Amino acid sequence: MTNRFITAVVSAITAASLATSAVAQMTEIGEGEGELSIVAWAGYIERGETDAAFDWVTKFEEATSCKVSVKTANTSDEMVALMNEGGFDLVTASGDASLRMIAGKRVQPINVDLIPSWSTVDDRLKDAPWHTVNGEHYGTPYMWGPNVLMYNTEAFPEAPTSWNVVFEEMTLADGSNNKGRVQAYDGPIHIADAANYLMAHKPELGITDPYELNADQYAAALDLLRAQRELVSRYWHDAFIQIDDFKNEGIVASGSWPFQVNLLQADGVPVASVIPEEGATGWADTTMLHAEAEHPNCAYKWMEHTLSSNLQSDLSVWFGAVPSVPAACSDGSGMQTQEGCDANGLAQFDKIKFWKTPVANCESQGECVPYYRWVSDYIGVIGGR
Amino acid sequence: MADTHPSAQAGPSEGLLTRVSDTLWRRPTLLLLILLTPPALWLGIIYLGSLFALLLQSFFSIDHFTGLINHEITLATYAELFTPANFDIIRRTVGMATIVTLASAVIAFPIAYYAARYAKGAWRAIFYLGIMMPLWSSYLVKVYAWKLILAKEGILTWIFEWLHLTWLLDAYLALPVIGGNSLSVSPTGTFLVFVYVWLPYMVLPIQAALERVPGSMLEASGDLGATPAQTFRHVLLPLALPGVIAGSIFTFSLTLGDYIIPQIIGTSRLFIGQAVYQHQGIAGNIPLAAAFAVVPIVIMGVYLWIAKRMGAFDAL
Repeated sequence: MTNRFITAVVSAITAASLATSAVAQMTEIGEGEGELSIVAWAGYIERGETDAAFDWVTKFEEATSCKVSVKTANTSDEMVALMNEGGFDLVTASGDASLRMIAGKRVQPINVDLIPSWSTVDDRLKDAPWHTVNGEHYGTPYMWGPNVLMYNTEAFPEAPTSWNVVFEEMTLADGSNNKGRVQAYDGPIHIADAANYLMAHKPELGITDPYELNADQYAAALDLLRAQRELVSRYWHDAFIQIDDFKNEGIVASGSWPFQVNLLQADGVPVASVIPEEGATGWADTTMLHAEAEHPNCAYKWMEHTLSSNLQSDLSVWFGAVPSVPAACSDGSGMQTQEGCDANGLAQFDKIKFWKTPVANCESQGECVPYYRWVSDYIGVIGGR
Repeated sequence: MADTHPSAQAGPSEGLLTRVSDTLWRRPTLLLLILLTPPALWLGIIYLGSLFALLLQSFFSIDHFTGLINHEITLATYAELFTPANFDIIRRTVGMATIVTLASAVIAFPIAYYAARYAKGAWRAIFYLGIMMPLWSSYLVKVYAWKLILAKEGILTWIFEWLHLTWLLDAYLALPVIGGNSLSVSPTGTFLVFVYVWLPYMVLPIQAALERVPGSMLEASGDLGATPAQTFRHVLLPLALPGVIAGSIFTFSLTLGDYIIPQIIGTSRLFIGQAVYQHQGIAGNIPLAAAFAVVPIVIMGVYLWIAKRMGAFDAL
């Protein structure tokens, strides 16, 4: 069963890479088709309806007469499902979804020569493995950010230095046990956080990449998560339920996003966030073009638009993320500042292991545990198995 | 009316409407066909069609990496239901549905009995209102309200503290399986909210059944020397049982299919509804979601068969 699956994955990837060289890339951008539909994370594509100060759609529509419609998705898996369904032009895919869509031939390589602002993209992101396969780029980097450790400043007078507060039972600085007072993310990709922790604390396992785990390393990560199950009363899935849990459920520490930290702080709850010494996992999103996009000209215009310094700057403030165009932090084109970018994680780029889909034939070692096992095993761990 | 009255000697001068009416009167089968076709199409295509589409999906499988559906008939997806983690989900859901149903029946019976036999006039109206009112407000609002009631820093904890009974709550929460860090993250919390939300569906059928039990029978039982307990066991309960079973069909099936309550209140352990939701909506694994969706259908099929044998539908 497993062997057949691996063969299937290998052949899918081979087929995908063969197919990509056959797909004709666009060589010039023509007239806009008048429409553009995008699958995006909530809050990613604002047209001033939530807050009039944050609008990066209206101007685009006026300049290009491409009418933008947005379908929001809540998880990476949902994005993959929507793109498999079809009918969309672009998707703002995180690294745990992008490779799956490339392998499934749901997205096409883009011609970066048609995007003048490509040169302004952070050099560290230009050839990132979550959107570049065999030297072909499958989209333009949009935003990135770390999965930070959020903590209650009353329980932790000093910022915790390690992820151990959410992985191991211990007495916290306020004198009480952490059991039942910490949370973890309710998604299989959280296994990578456990692997990242083991990478620092159990070097004998030889983990070099938290997304590429052999059977032993994977088993160790699951064991760590089973111990964590004893500490976690409820996993978080919805950002707003996590916010409520920090307010009413006595939760004092959890992996989280800058988004929740900002909202809780704005609400006067004593929380702060840190990237502990082990580093953190993170997400980096790419605007990718559907293989059968009906409005490719508008899509290329949008990709160029997303790299404009002004949009990147405002979006990074709005979403609590880091721009893919570093100039947006400092050139004063929008609301973002260098301090703001650093606070959102820019300074810690090297400590962040970006989400990518775990595959069977991984680069760092012969054979790794693929993503579908992560999905079913994580359901098992939460179920107490 | 006289104009349209059909007659064998209808002249050529009569209008179209009259002729149509005549034809329909002469051929009642045609009329029946015209009247029945739309609902039959609805039932056949929209209702049963989607059900069969679902059933068909459950025989496909998924390529686990690309997330694309493999359209070959296989039983592999059903086999996946029996992996320990998935089977746990089924067991957990059926267990919860069973105790929610039992608890609802125990709580609902006295309420329904009072409403059916003793409540008169205004009190009767108030009773109906009290039972129906929770159904008028949004289900989500109720569930979120319960999240706040049961939260660690919620009103229930506060009341226990005020009564100096915190030790009791803590002792209860320390119990294995049913306990947890707070009521809102324990299986007990999930159970309480399920019972609250589905209780009206149990009260109303029991009340209807009790109203049909003649008072004279209970009196006769007493006259013949039965104690109240004996009257309840041998007269009242058997006569009201169809109502209890009808109510239990609601509470049992609603609990089997719900996916919102266990997501907001409880331990994060999945229920069938959540598994369907996650596999379908999030993971795009429609075959496994369909296979999971078939589980409640099978369970309810067996349940309804037993209910029918116990005469739950005789009174409908």
